[in-house]
Amino acid sequence: MRAKTVEETQAGSLVLLCLAAWAIPGVGHLWQGRRAKGLLFLIVLPVMFAIGLGIHGQLFPFDFSDPLVGLACLADFGIGLPYFIASALGLGVGDVRAVTYEYGNAFVMTAGLLNFLVVIDAYDIALGRK
Amino acid sequence: MHSHFLLLVLFAFFVSLVFALLAKDDPKEQLRFGGMMFAGFVGAAVVLGWLMYPFPF
Repeated sequence: MRAKTVEETQAGSLVLLCLAAWAIPGVGHLWQGRRAKGLLFLIVLPVMFAIGLGIHGQLFPFDFSDPLVGLACLADFGIGLPYFIASALGLGVGDVRAVTYEYGNAFVMTAGLLNFLVVIDAYDIALGRK
Repeated sequence: MHSHFLLLVLFAFFVSLVFALLAKDDPKEQLRFGGMMFAGFVGAAVVLGWLMYPFPF
């Protein structure tokens, strides 16, 4: 029974770790003492997201009536808290007439998708696989 | 910032950096892997760009 409690505690802290790693890019690595990697993720991913918004990238709405828009939203969502901050500030409206619109979308979506990979990496480190 | 090439290089840099950090633990290996990936991204884009040059659309 004690082993089960320990397992539950570990599972709980793993969920918390993954949520923190998703919400703030790099925090999962910082939490586990991987300072250099954590700091680089903390800087690089939000900067990439911000550049995407700066060159007229769009934050797509959660709308699965158009599957591509829904998938783009999931990719955007991957960056965590910066997504909500940008939405709250009214950023990411997107300007389809801008030359850099598609580039901006590529930056914003890729930053989110890369953060998903960073979360998986933090999870692997927590499990002792790396 | 309207230079497509500069944006391409910037994008390749960020993606290579993150993949190098994820894939390798040793700084020398990270530099090598990231450098090769960056060169691959930029080189492939330039080559594909030239291959597509004759197409009218």
